[in-house]
Amino acid sequence: RTQVSGVGDGVLSAFRSICGEEGVSLGEAVREQHGKDESVHRCRPPDVVVFPRCVEEVSALAKVCHKHRLPIIPFGTGTGLEGGVGAVKGGVCFSLRNMEQVLDLHPEDFDVTVEPGVTRKALNAYLRDTGLWFPVDPGADASLCGMAATSASGTNAVRYGTMRENVMNLEVVLADGSIVHTAGKGRRPSLLSLLLSLVSLLRKTSAGYNLTNLFVGSEGTLGIITKTTLRLYGIPEAMVSAVCSFPSVQAAVDSTVQTLQAGVPIARIEFLDDVMIDACNRFSSLSYPVTPTLFLEFHGSEQSLQEQVKTAEDITQSNGGSDFQWARDTETRNRLWKARHDAWYAALALRPGCKAYSTDVCVPLSRLPQIIVETKEDLIENRLTGPIAGHVGDGNFHCLMVVDPNNPEEMHRVHLFTERLARRALAMDGTCTGEHGVGLGKRALLCEEMGPVGIQVMRSLKDTLDPNNLMNPGKILQREEP
Amino acid sequence: MSGRVLVGVKRVIDYAVKIRVKPDNTGVVTDGVKHSMNPFCEIAVEEAVKLKEKKLIKEVVAVSCGPQQSQETIRTALAMGADRGIHVDVSGKDYENLGPLQVSKILAALAKQEDAQLILLGKQAIDDDCNQTGQMTAALLDWPQGTFASEVSLEGDKINLVREIDGGLEHIKINTPAVITADLRLNTPRYATLPNIMDSLMNNETELHKPNHRTSLCVGLIPLFETVAPEDMQGGTDRSGAMLRHTVLQSGKPKRIILSCLCI
Repeated sequence: RTQVSGVGDGVLSAFRSICGEEGVSLGEAVREQHGKDESVHRCRPPDVVVFPRCVEEVSALAKVCHKHRLPIIPFGTGTGLEGGVGAVKGGVCFSLRNMEQVLDLHPEDFDVTVEPGVTRKALNAYLRDTGLWFPVDPGADASLCGMAATSASGTNAVRYGTMRENVMNLEVVLADGSIVHTAGKGRRPSLLSLLLSLVSLLRKTSAGYNLTNLFVGSEGTLGIITKTTLRLYGIPEAMVSAVCSFPSVQAAVDSTVQTLQAGVPIARIEFLDDVMIDACNRFSSLSYPVTPTLFLEFHGSEQSLQEQVKTAEDITQSNGGSDFQWARDTETRNRLWKARHDAWYAALALRPGCKAYSTDVCVPLSRLPQIIVETKEDLIENRLTGPIAGHVGDGNFHCLMVVDPNNPEEMHRVHLFTERLARRALAMDGTCTGEHGVGLGKRALLCEEMGPVGIQVMRSLKDTLDPNNLMNPGKILQREEP
Repeated sequence: MSGRVLVGVKRVIDYAVKIRVKPDNTGVVTDGVKHSMNPFCEIAVEEAVKLKEKKLIKEVVAVSCGPQQSQETIRTALAMGADRGIHVDVSGKDYENLGPLQVSKILAALAKQEDAQLILLGKQAIDDDCNQTGQMTAALLDWPQGTFASEVSLEGDKINLVREIDGGLEHIKINTPAVITADLRLNTPRYATLPNIMDSLMNNETELHKPNHRTSLCVGLIPLFETVAPEDMQGGTDRSGAMLRHTVLQSGKPKRIILSCLCI
């Protein structure tokens, strides 16, 4: 075997003795596979990829890396959107896909523990006979531990919350190989009353610092997540989907705010702007009016659904909404929502041969109309294609930038646009990343968002848990180079 | 058409599980392995429940042949909307020898006993892939059969059926009573919701039947010699130069060879 820079033969044989011959790969194709995700960031392959089979192997491998000062990059499914898995300083990629067990399902307690190889669709398929599901849905079929690492969210966060609210415990391997259970080993803090289905069920414990939520969203920079205990929910008895067109962005957002204020436990509210609706009409041969549109989904019992839909319909009408359609059975619901489901492909189809890149900012609901209007003006002024789709119930929206990857001038214009967009959001008390994470591309913006003191606190935590900066270097925090 | 529909549901190893062969090659590991309802049986149950919701039939009865654990599978069917369950208790050696012929005899007997107008089954089970039970049941009852159904509609006392066949789609019309086997695209099965699962656990709607001696479970025994896992995939080698070299060596003098691109 040829020696790859930074990882000597001695280290490689130590790796092989831990996870077997098949558990260590130097192949170029394998390393490239593990050096990129679904973002625009270029591939940064690691020097070697290891495939541990259990937490003991992860710990042993981490100890070897720690001894030889090798960077450690955890890898789940590679479906991230911010370049989080790029090995900017080379090192060892820990591919966790062979740890794929669903452990400890407690249906009566509504919780389950999973390893990093379990994806969200795989878990829901496993749970289908129990009447339970895990509702956080970021679109991709991502690793659940990876979703915990990036604090993922999704289209139904407005009702079920994000990973932050739904991770109850984590098993994490730190940079020196020690294994920590963030809420105590095997602990599944009991829930508040199950009857309060409207309220996001809060974990009930007051034991010490909140370590679990320290690691949620740490993007592999503080430790390797090897188990996550998740809160489950009952599969909804029934679902209704609805679509409604609006004369303006303001009208759509007002309807959203009023629906939430009316106490409707709406499950999904998705916003598509006129450019996006137009793209969807063309792609899926639909004929929605080309104006700002809301796609709604309601979950509940038959009786509560009737009430929810009626309330929502009245509200949309009072805001000038038109063409309110709703559907109860699966086939019609899917047809109604087809536009939203195919939005990504519809955007790509606007300019064949181009790539799509999704921006991600979040602002208080009251500022949403303003930021969308200003962003659309920015897009037109700079001749950029960026249809907008948003999780309007959370104030979170994405511009799907359709750009020619072989046109550096256009790529540059897109880059500047996304920076302006992030700063626009920050100026409105928002955040530069609603759900995708900081990764490689938003480190400077994070500094602007948190301010120097906040960043310093984060740095102190990082220095305490990982003084040698081995855990996924180059992400979240900018290193002060000596 | 109104009346009773019998739906056969089989308990199999869950489709997402990685199958492992037992070290002694006598079969696959089933202990401690997740089991669930055969996916094609789920589709059959969904279709039966849909027919009931459209008020085209009166009652859905889920049937499963197997040991004690088969009751879990019946409960899933109840939670999806079946009205009643029948568990035909088959365990031990009899269960190991249970195959389509035996099951179809049981289903035929039950169909007569329950005065069923329709039998809905999955087209095949994912563990044995036999694709025989539906056909055999129809033959034993001398009923028409509509297999690999991707669309079913009832019209009076007849059934319009679209079948998925190698050449495409076949439209047939059959009389009732009949046997239908469900193919993948017939519908998307609903998830059982928690309240329905709790209901099915608390209500005792499942009858227990012991097959009588006339059902002769030992007839048609197919001896199983060995179970082996498929061989591991070997890497390929680039043979593009080999053809030319081989031909030259054989004849002793260089030949003009038109090298077609034969890379293996």
